[in-house]
Amino acid sequence: MTTLEIDEFVDNQCGVQHYELEDYESDIPRWCKGCGDHGVLLALQKLLRDDQVQPENVVAVSGIGCSSRLPHYLRTYGFHGVHGRALPISLGVTLARPELRVLTVMGDGDCFSIGAGHWLHTLRYNPRMLVVVLDNEVYALTKNQASPTSMAGAITNTTPRGAYLAGLNPLSLILGVTNVSFLAQTATWLPVHMEDTLRKAWNHNGLAFVRIMQRCPVFMPNAFGADGTPFPAVFLQNDDGIAPNKGVLRTAPVEPHDHRDLHAAQKMALREDGAPMGLLYHNPDLPSYGEVRSARIKPVNNEELMAGLNAQLDKYAVQ
Amino acid sequence: MEAKRQIELNEHIIEIVSDSGEGAQKAAVTFAEASAKMGNGLWTVELIPSEIQPPPHTTGAASGNRIRLADHTVSNAGDLANVVMAFNEMALLSRIEAEALADDVTVFIDDKWATDEDEAIREQYARILGDVRAKGGTVYEVPMETETLQVIEDPWRGKNMWVVGLLGYLYARDMELLKAIVAKTFRKKSETVLQQNVALLERGYAWGEAHLDFQYHVPLNPTDQPQVVMNGNTAIALGAINAGFKLCSMYPITPATSASHALAEIMEDFGGMVHQAEDEIAAIGVAVGANYAGVPTVTITSGPGMALKTEIQGLAVMTETPLVIVDVQRGGPSTGLPTKIEQGDLLHALWGTPGDAPKIVIAPSTIEECFHIMTTARRLAEEFRTVVIVLSDANLATGQQLFARPELSVESLPPPLDQNPVPPGTRPFEWDETTGLSRRLIPGQPGGMSVTTGLNHARDGKVKYDYASNQEAHRMRSRKLAALHRVLKPPVVYGAESGDLLIVSWGSTRGAIEEAVDKARGEGLAVSALNLQFLNPLPPGLKEIFARFGKVMTVELNYSDDWGDPLIDAETRRYSQLATVLRAHTLTDVDCWSRVPGRPFMPGEISRVIQAEMAHLAGAETLSHRGANLPSGARS
Repeated sequence: MTTLEIDEFVDNQCGVQHYELEDYESDIPRWCKGCGDHGVLLALQKLLRDDQVQPENVVAVSGIGCSSRLPHYLRTYGFHGVHGRALPISLGVTLARPELRVLTVMGDGDCFSIGAGHWLHTLRYNPRMLVVVLDNEVYALTKNQASPTSMAGAITNTTPRGAYLAGLNPLSLILGVTNVSFLAQTATWLPVHMEDTLRKAWNHNGLAFVRIMQRCPVFMPNAFGADGTPFPAVFLQNDDGIAPNKGVLRTAPVEPHDHRDLHAAQKMALREDGAPMGLLYHNPDLPSYGEVRSARIKPVNNEELMAGLNAQLDKYAVQ
Repeated sequence: MEAKRQIELNEHIIEIVSDSGEGAQKAAVTFAEASAKMGNGLWTVELIPSEIQPPPHTTGAASGNRIRLADHTVSNAGDLANVVMAFNEMALLSRIEAEALADDVTVFIDDKWATDEDEAIREQYARILGDVRAKGGTVYEVPMETETLQVIEDPWRGKNMWVVGLLGYLYARDMELLKAIVAKTFRKKSETVLQQNVALLERGYAWGEAHLDFQYHVPLNPTDQPQVVMNGNTAIALGAINAGFKLCSMYPITPATSASHALAEIMEDFGGMVHQAEDEIAAIGVAVGANYAGVPTVTITSGPGMALKTEIQGLAVMTETPLVIVDVQRGGPSTGLPTKIEQGDLLHALWGTPGDAPKIVIAPSTIEECFHIMTTARRLAEEFRTVVIVLSDANLATGQQLFARPELSVESLPPPLDQNPVPPGTRPFEWDETTGLSRRLIPGQPGGMSVTTGLNHARDGKVKYDYASNQEAHRMRSRKLAALHRVLKPPVVYGAESGDLLIVSWGSTRGAIEEAVDKARGEGLAVSALNLQFLNPLPPGLKEIFARFGKVMTVELNYSDDWGDPLIDAETRRYSQLATVLRAHTLTDVDCWSRVPGRPFMPGEISRVIQAEMAHLAGAETLSHRGANLPSGARS
C-alpha cells in the first residue's frame, strides 16, 4: 500500500483548481454591438468551463478578420496570425504538441477564399482540432466587400450593383474531401443549438468543422433571412447527433438523418430547399493526422539520438 | 607486364557523362568513393539534366559527374576538365558547349558510334572528335559497348562499371576496394548481378592495361583523422538532426528538396517527422505553429518558395517566434534556372519582407559548415526569438566534399521543453531595454496565457496602434541584431591583413576564390580574401579591414551591371547584392565582379579577374576580362 506525501495529498484533495467562466475571459470584446461573434465567444467559454479545461492547455489560432480577434478575448494561449493561414499554424501546433487542444477560428473570407487551399488540405490531413468558421457572408473588417458566400445580388462595395455569382456552398465542398471526419452547421441566433454543436465538435478526435452562420449588423444585417425574407432551414434528427433546438426557427422542419452515411450527408449538403442545421457528417473511426504520423515515430532520448546520428555518419565515413 | 609511363600530377579533373539513366553518376560515385578512401582530396559535383527523361543521344540528355582529385584538400570543383569518359558524342558535346573542357583534354569515348547504322550519327561523331583533336585534345575510341556485351545483354546496365574499371586502371585504384564498393552498391541485387558488375569492372581494368601505355599518378595523402564525404543537402539534413529539430515542414522545390528527402528517410527514427505541406505558405505556417508550441522546426526551400513564404516570415519576426528557414538558392528570377547555382536571394532574405522585419541571415561556405550551421541557426533563432535564414546554394547542395567527421555531443541539442509555471501576469514580450531580448512563453506553461499577434503590440502582447508603442516595438526588434553584432567576432582575412586588393565573398564561392587568391599571392600579388558567414547582422570591424586595402571588391554569383556597358555609369550601375549591402554599411567604395553562369566559379576565371584588377590598379586603362573597355574615370 502506498501513502501520499502531504504535498500530493493537498494537491489531490484541495489543490484542484475549479475554473469559472471568468477564468476564460480576457479583454472586453471590441466587436460591434449585435455582432454574432459575441455569442460564439461566450459559447466557447462555457464549453471550456463545463469541461474544466486547463486554460494553459488550449491554443486558439486565428487568421485575419473580425472573427479572428476571438483569441484576444479568450484567456488561453492565442495566436493571431495572418490572413488565410490559421489552419497551417494550427496544424503546426497540434503536430508539435498533440496534448494541447487547438481551437481555430476563421471567417468566411479567411477560410473559403484566401485560405481555401489550406481549408481543403487540412480537412484531408484530419488533425485533431476544432475549426470554427464564423460566416457572415461578407468581408467586414475591410469594410464591406463580397465574400465567396455572399448571395447573388448582395450589394457590397465591390459589388455595388449586386454580386454576380451564386454564393459558394462550403458544405458540399467539405464533404467532397477525402478523409473528412466531422461537419456540423449551426447559427448564432440558435444559442442552445450552437452550444450543443460546439460541444459535440469539441469531443471529436479529428478535425471537427463547424460552420456558424452569423449576421454582420453593420454591413450584412439582412443575411440569413433577418430582413423577413424566408430563410428555409431543416434540423437534422439523430439520437447520436445534435438535438434539434429550433429556437427562433420554430417553423423549420425536422428530418431524420444518418450522419454516418457520407452519401446521405453529401446529398443533404447539396439541398437547396433548406439549410441543414446540426450534424451532417461524423466518422469517429478515422485516425487523426497526429495519430497516423506518431504511430511511426520512434521516441528517442538525447543519447539514443546521438548514437543513431553516429550510425548515420558511418554511412558517409571514408575511414 | 611492362611498366607503364607514369604521368605525374598534383590534381586532375575527370568528367563522366552518359545519357540520363545510363549510369554515369553511379560510376562516378563508385570511383570517387574509392579515391577518397585511398587518400585523395576530392570534390565531386553532379551534372544533372533538368528533365527526367530527355530525348536520348542529345546534349540535353547528358548526365553525369565531375570529379576533382588531388594530392591535397579540395575546396571546389576546379577549372577545366582534363579527362572525359563519354558514353556518346552528344554527351561529350554538351561539355564542350558548357566550356568545361581543357583544350588538351583526353577523351575516352565509346567507339560504337563510329560504325552506327545512322549516317548522321557517324558524321557528327567524326566531326565532334575531329574538333576536339583540332583544338589539341587526345581521343581514345574505346570499345565500351563491345566489351560490355561480352558480360551482359543490356549494355545500358553495365557500361558504367566497365568505365569504372578503365578509370581504375588509369588512376591505379585498388581493385579490391573498388570491388568492395560495388558489392555494397549492389547488396540488394542478385548474386548474378553482382558478379556481372565485378566482371565488367575487371574487364575495364584489363582493357586499359592491355591497350594503354600510360597511367595518371595523383599522389595519395591519407589522413588519420576520421572523414566523411557527403553533399551539402545531406549535411544540412544530418545537421538538422544534430541540432535537435523534430519537424521539417516543406514543399518540394529544386534544388532544396533532397535535404528533405534525406530527412524523410530517417527523421522518424529520431523522434521527428517530415511534413510535406500543400504549398510553400503552409509549409512555413506549420513551422511557425510548431515553433510557437516549443518544438524546433525547420522549413527548407529555394528562391520561389522564399517569395511565397515572405508574409509569414514577417509574422514570425513580429510575433518573435523562433524560425529557421533554409534557402538552397538557385538561378532566378521566377523559375529561372531551377537546377543551377546562383547567389541571388541575399537582398530578398534581408529586405524581402514588407515593413521593417530584422532577421538573422547566415551562409555556409563549405559542406562541412552546412552540417554545423544548423545548430548555430537553431540557437540563434531561440535566443533572439526571430527568423534565421540559412542561405545555401545548388553548388553546396549537389557537390560532395571530404571533411572531418563531426564530433557529436548532446550539447548541440536544445534544452527540454519549458513547461514551468510562470507567475500570473507574466508578460509575453518582456523586452530588455538594452538588448531587446525577452523570454518567450510556451503554450502549456501555467500562468502564461496570452495572445501572440501579428498586429503591433506592447510588452503585454496587447494590440496597440499608437506612435509610442509602435516605435518602441520596432526599436526592440531591431536592437536584437545590434545585440548579436556585439558578440560576433571580426571576420578573419584569408591572406595578409592588408594589401592592394581584397576580394569579399559569401557562401560557396569561397573555395574557388581562396584558391585563386593563393595563386595570386604565389605570383607575388598583394591580394587577400574575406568570406562572410554572417550577412545580417554583419560582423564587426569591416570598415577597418576594408581601409587596409587599396581596393575592395566582391565576387558573387549574381547579376550586376558591368562598367563600360551602354548607359552604365556611376549613377546607373546596379551592384551585386553583397556589394550593395557593404557599400551602404561601410560607406566604402566597394566594387564588384559578378556573373550568372549557372555553374560554380572556376578558380581560373577568378584569377583572370584578379590579374586584370591588379593591372588596372597599376595604371592599365582597361579591364579586358569585363568584355568592355572601362574608362578609368568611371571607376573613382
